[in-house]
This record gives sequence, C-alpha cells and structure tokens, in this order.
Amino acid sequence: MSLVNFTTREITCKIVYYGPGRSGKTTNLHYVYGRVPEARRGRLVSLATQTDRTLFFDFLPIDLGQISGFATRFQLYTVPGQVYYNATRRLVLQGADGVVFVADSQARQLDENVESLQNLQSNLLEHGVDVRAVPLAMQYNKQDLPRELILSPADLDDALNFRGVPSFAADALHGTGVFETLKGISELVLKRLAAGSTA
Amino acid sequence: MTTALNPKYAFDTFVVGAANRLAVTAGRTVAETPGSAYNPLFVYSGSGLGKTHLLMAIGQAAKKLAPGLNIEYLTLDEYVEAFHAAIAAGQGDAFRRRFQGVDVLLVDDVQFLAKRKEMQSELLRLTEALQVAAHQIVLTSDRPPGEIADLDERLISRFSGGLVVDIGPPDYETRVAILRRKAEERAARFAPGVLETVAGAAFDNVRELMGALNRLVAYQAVNETQINAATAKQLLGLKAEAAVPAGAAAARGAAPAGDEFGQFLADVTVGLGKAVEAWRARVAEAILRWEGEGYRTRRLEALLEQQAPAAVDDAIDAYEKDVERLKVLETEVAQLDPQASGQSQFRDPERLADAEAAAAEVRTGAAPPPGPSAAFALATYAVGPSNDVAVSAARDVIKRPGKKYNPLVLVGKSGLGKTHLLNAIGLELARARGAVVACLSTQAFIDELIAAIDGDRVDWWRARYRRATALLLDDVHLLAGKDRTQEELFNLFNLLLDKERQLVFTAPAPPGALEGLEERIVTRLGGGLVAEISEPDRELKRHFLEQALAQPGTPPDAALLDYLADRPVDSVRSLIPVLQRVVSSAAAQDVPLTAGLARDVLEGQPREARRSGGLRTSGIVVSSMGGVKSREKMVWDWPDVADRLIEEYR
Repeated sequence: MSLVNFTTREITCKIVYYGPGRSGKTTNLHYVYGRVPEARRGRLVSLATQTDRTLFFDFLPIDLGQISGFATRFQLYTVPGQVYYNATRRLVLQGADGVVFVADSQARQLDENVESLQNLQSNLLEHGVDVRAVPLAMQYNKQDLPRELILSPADLDDALNFRGVPSFAADALHGTGVFETLKGISELVLKRLAAGSTA
Repeated sequence: MTTALNPKYAFDTFVVGAANRLAVTAGRTVAETPGSAYNPLFVYSGSGLGKTHLLMAIGQAAKKLAPGLNIEYLTLDEYVEAFHAAIAAGQGDAFRRRFQGVDVLLVDDVQFLAKRKEMQSELLRLTEALQVAAHQIVLTSDRPPGEIADLDERLISRFSGGLVVDIGPPDYETRVAILRRKAEERAARFAPGVLETVAGAAFDNVRELMGALNRLVAYQAVNETQINAATAKQLLGLKAEAAVPAGAAAARGAAPAGDEFGQFLADVTVGLGKAVEAWRARVAEAILRWEGEGYRTRRLEALLEQQAPAAVDDAIDAYEKDVERLKVLETEVAQLDPQASGQSQFRDPERLADAEAAAAEVRTGAAPPPGPSAAFALATYAVGPSNDVAVSAARDVIKRPGKKYNPLVLVGKSGLGKTHLLNAIGLELARARGAVVACLSTQAFIDELIAAIDGDRVDWWRARYRRATALLLDDVHLLAGKDRTQEELFNLFNLLLDKERQLVFTAPAPPGALEGLEERIVTRLGGGLVAEISEPDRELKRHFLEQALAQPGTPPDAALLDYLADRPVDSVRSLIPVLQRVVSSAAAQDVPLTAGLARDVLEGQPREARRSGGLRTSGIVVSSMGGVKSREKMVWDWPDVADRLIEEYR
C-alpha cells in the first residue's frame, strides 16, 4: 500500500501496534477510539477470543479530513501478541508505514518483550524490509503499576531501545502517553514522506 | 515608521480553535525558529479573524525568546509610505538596507499590493534578500497570494514557497471560549447559557462577536442586573431558535479528550503540511536555479499553481533533461554558428522542438569548408632532388599533423607542383577520423569572406573554419592588400595553432619577400618551416613523365622518357603541353609513342593531326595514353597559319 496516492489525492498511513501478548496494544486503540470524534472514526474491528485476547487483529480507521489537499486517513492495527499467531502478525505487518512497539513495563515480562522485538525484526525481514528503514516508536506501557514491579523507561530504553528510536512512557488504560506515542510515530512517518515522497 | 507591537496581542491571549490551530502552530514555530521553518509565512483570512493579533503575537514571542532580534511590524501602507518618503529624500538605498537588516519582518495587509507594480518589485527584492539572509518574513492578507489582483507571479511563487495558511471563522466552541475570555477580561459575569447563546449566533468574525459581547456588557452594567439567555437573544436580535448545538455540552464535558485528538490532528496537519509542501520548496529551488542560469521556468511555475500535482520530481527531472538537451544543442550551434546560439529557443525548455529544428537547420547550413581535390594524390606526386625537402616535410606533417612543422609553407615558382603537394597533404590529413580539412585557394577564401560579410554571416563563416582540423591555403600571397581577410586569417591562424591544428600554405616566394602582407602574418608564416621547391631536375621530370605515360602492362619507352626529361622546361607544368603535343600527334597518326615521334613533333614540322587534340574534359585532360594532366594554361585551338596572316594583314 502506498502512503501517498497522488491520483486520488489520498494519504493512507498504516500504523501497526506490535508487542508481546497482553502488553496493551488493543488498549491503545480503544483509548484512541474513545477520543476520536464519531464523525472521524470508523468502526473498531476487533476479532477477539472469549477471554478478550486478540485473535486476529484490531483495526481502527481514523479520518483526519483534508490536509494540504489530501484526504488523510490513519489506519491503526494491532497484531496478536501470542507466539503462535506469527503468520497473522506477518500478514498485518505487510505494508506498514510505521510500527509502535508496545512493551510491557513489568520486569518479569522483559524476556517476552525482547523475544517479540526479535520477532518484529524477523517478520519485517520476511517482507524484505530492514527494521532500520521502518519508522519505529517504543511505548513502555503499564508505567502506572507499582514501581517495584516495573522497569523504568530508562531501564527499558537500555534493554530494548538499542536503535535509539523515540520512546514513550505510557499508561494506555488511562490514556497517558497514548496520543504522544501516536503523534511520535506519525511524525516519523511524515518525515519519511517529506524525504522520500515523489510529491 | 513602524508600529510598536501591542502587548495585548500575544499568543496567550489568542484563543485557539480548529479554524486557526494550524496558523497558530505555524506562527509559534516561526517565532521559535525565525527564518528556518516557514519562510515566508503567509497568513490569510477574512477581516476580524485575528491576522493582526497573530502577526503581533509572533513578534512578541520571537522578541521574548531572543531579545536581541530586530523585529519590525508594519502594514503595507506604512511600508509604501515610508518607501515613497525615502525615495523623495533620495534615501532609497538606505531604506532598502534598513529593511534588509530586519531579523523578523511582519507585514500586515499585503492585499494592498494589488496593482502596485513598483511596490511589488520592491517587496520581491526585499523578500529575496531576507530569505537569502535567513531572516523571517511573515505576511498577512485578506486573500491568498494567487487572488491578489495583478500580483507579480514571482511574488506569488515566493509567497507560496514558504507556508500559506488560512484562518477560518471560529467554530462554536472557539466562539464560546473567546466570549468567556473576553468577558473575564472585562470583569463581566453572565448567567449560565448567555455566552453560549451569543456563540450560537452565526457571527462571521471575532470583531462582530466582540461587538455583541460589548452590547451585553454595557446593557448589564447600565441595568445592574444579570441578563439571561432570552434577554441576550432579544438584545442582539437573534432568532429564538438560534441555539447551542446539541453536542456542545457533551463537547464541554469531553473537552480534554477532544483536545487530545484535536492537538494530535493539528500536529499531523502541520507535519503533513510540511511534508506535502516540501515539493513546493523543491520546485521553487529548481525555479531559482534555472532562472539564475537564464532559462524560462514557466513549466515549473505552472506546477506551483496546482494544489498537489502528481509526480513533481518526475516533472522537475523531465524539465532538467530538456534543459540539458538545450545546452547540448546550444553548444553545438555555437560552434557552427555563434550568432544562432543566442536565440531564445535555446533558453526555453517549452520550445525544445523549436531548438532541435533550429539546430538541424544550422547543421544543414554549416557545410564543411572546401576540402582538397581528389585529383592530387600524393602517390602521383613526382619526387626528385628539387622538391624532396618539401615532400619530406609534407610526409612529416601527414604523420604528425600540428606537431612538427606548423605552419608548413611551400615556396616555389608557378607550376612546380605546390598546389598538387598542398592538396595531397590535405587528402592524407582528411583520412583521419573526424578530420575536417579546409583546403582551398586564397582567392576562394577571400571570396567566401566577402560573401559572408555581404550576407551578415561572418560568425557562421568563422565557425566553419574554426571547426577545421587543418587549414591549407594555396597562393597565400593573394592576401596582399586584403586587410580584412588578413585580420581574419590572423585570428584563425592563432586559434588553430593553439589547438595544434595543421596549417599549410603555398606562396611563390618566402614569406619575408611577399609584398602587401602584414608583418604579423609574415612572421607567423615564417615561424614554421618554409620548404622551397626549385625547378624540376631531370629525375623529377622523368618520374613525372613515367607516371603521365603509364599504361597498364606496357612500360613507357625509356628513350622517349629520356628525351622528354632532357627538354629544357622551368616547371613540371611547362612539360605538360610538350607531352600533350606528342601524345596528340601519336593518337592522330595512330602510331606508338616513341622518342623519334617526339623528336619529329617537337623539333620537326608540325603534323596535320596537331589540332585533333586529346580528349578534353572540364579541367582534367585524359589523354589517349592514359596520363592525367592539368589543362591549365594550355592553348588547344591554335588558329590556322593562313587565318593568322590574314588577321595580321588586316
């Protein structure tokens, strides 16, 4: 999918929320959904299991209206975090303009975070994409949990953010850092548009 | 001259809503990083929507962040007035310097530039100067640049090259927020629902809204009672049903969340605006570059007029390819005909087809200079001690043109074979790949120049010879008294010599002995090798005769060759009529060519058949014996002796 379509004057920006299971990807989307005026948002498609785990993916289209003469849409996707849904993850990742890696800040989840990050890299490579070439932002979710249970954003940066991409501390359940993350990834995507577009 | 910034007009007092968020964000960015983000920033909106407030807020904020900045705010009318005053006082340059030194220039109401060409030029110059110096310029207008009547296209493209943003009428929420803030400023308290009622009315601009608020404030102050929504409606003449939008309350309740998305939307709008508008910067950059190089940029300017043209980079690439092609064509044409190269089609990519056609025309017209005659081959040039120096020099020249003897001047009396050798050299030099050998008589050279002067094509004529890889001129002494031709030859000589291109001349005497030639020509001719060809020796004559009488399979009679070679002639050319007589006689009598026949013909009585002659062609005579001779200076039809006597007698 192309980010900019000059013929139809559309900009469609696909952002995928990636991360280990239960790190809060869907929560991010739910929060965004709740804050976007009704007229601007599409239906939040969520294919979940009975235990509310994402089975396939979540999809939230947001219509930002006409910007600089372009009908601008954001499409927010989440991937299922569980290890055994890798084929789905790879499918959802296809054509992503930007990726938000939602890490679970709990110390005991560090290995899952690392594993998921490696999985992201390998799935991108499957699509012939170098992880360094994709706009990527890190979100350290669940920072509202007791300090003794979580790692600080600085610790998580040390452990996960070796590429030095923008990172955001968040509490997706209450909305802290959700829009900041979305804004951060959008900036990266738009920067790439400015640098490499054929506009 | 400039207006002081009103401290009331700051960002803090500017109520931000969806309609002005982009303009405010851009304004803040400009205030924080003047000259680097959006330059120029062009803000337009209808009257009373906050342009002046925003302009002054930018100035205030920039000043606050960097107190050392030189910030000027003025309306266009003030600018015009100041300019006229400066011109009247003879201080135009000082005026320009003063404004070019401003770090942040804020110009209000530039729509008044309409139909003021002089001021447009002045502002264009100023904008360019400020942009080059990375100084910020912010302009406001009541309409976008393209809609300002008669605004210079260059100004439109300049203004559009930064960021053009508009401020729309405030939405309901913004109107409520404005009313609340203004009411607070006026220390007025209204019953719940009053301000919402006022905001619900469709006021086109903030000034009208303020007017309405002022009426309520005044009414309440006079009556010392709080008015309610119904009274407010009545006072303002609003229709009863003008009401608060249904979602207003909900919007108020969800204000922080709404803002969160709104802020995100504003950020994305700015980011996307930057990204999408980046193409404008690229187009503007291309326009500047190619305009600077003197090319027409209409095609690129047309791109700027579109809102979001497809494949801008492709369009720029195509434009640049066309310009490159024009450059190639112009260079080619400049070599062939310098006069033609200055034509406008070589500077307008839109007229590439015209340029191609013009180049093709010039190519067709630029015939190569006259070349050597194929009749004078080196192989048929008779060599003997009397000309071996010249021939040896000629061979060196052929081997290393332009390197060894340059120029080579072949000197000798008429008929000694200078022309033959000159053409032979030319033929050999012409064999080289890409060689353009100019080989002609000096008289033809002079005639060509005269024709060129007559046809106003001297540049074309020069270009034709400047292309030559070798110039060979026969009888250079004919330049005597031809000042203009000498001048041209002098220049051509120097140019070709610099490029190590071979020059060969023939002359009847050494350069120093030639009369009527300018000293600078004489010294240059003498600067290479002057090779003399003397009267033909016996060996040379025999060699010549051998070639002239050669027939396939039958070698010429040795006694005949010896006899003819011993004939006293002062040049090879003089030998030709002698030979011709013998050959004609043999042909007429149908007898073989022998020494005896030659002796009879040349020493005895003329034979009957003398007049029958050889086979005549134009210029070159092919004898029945197969020899090739020049018919120059030969008399073919001798009058009968009896006729001559009668003529004499009369």
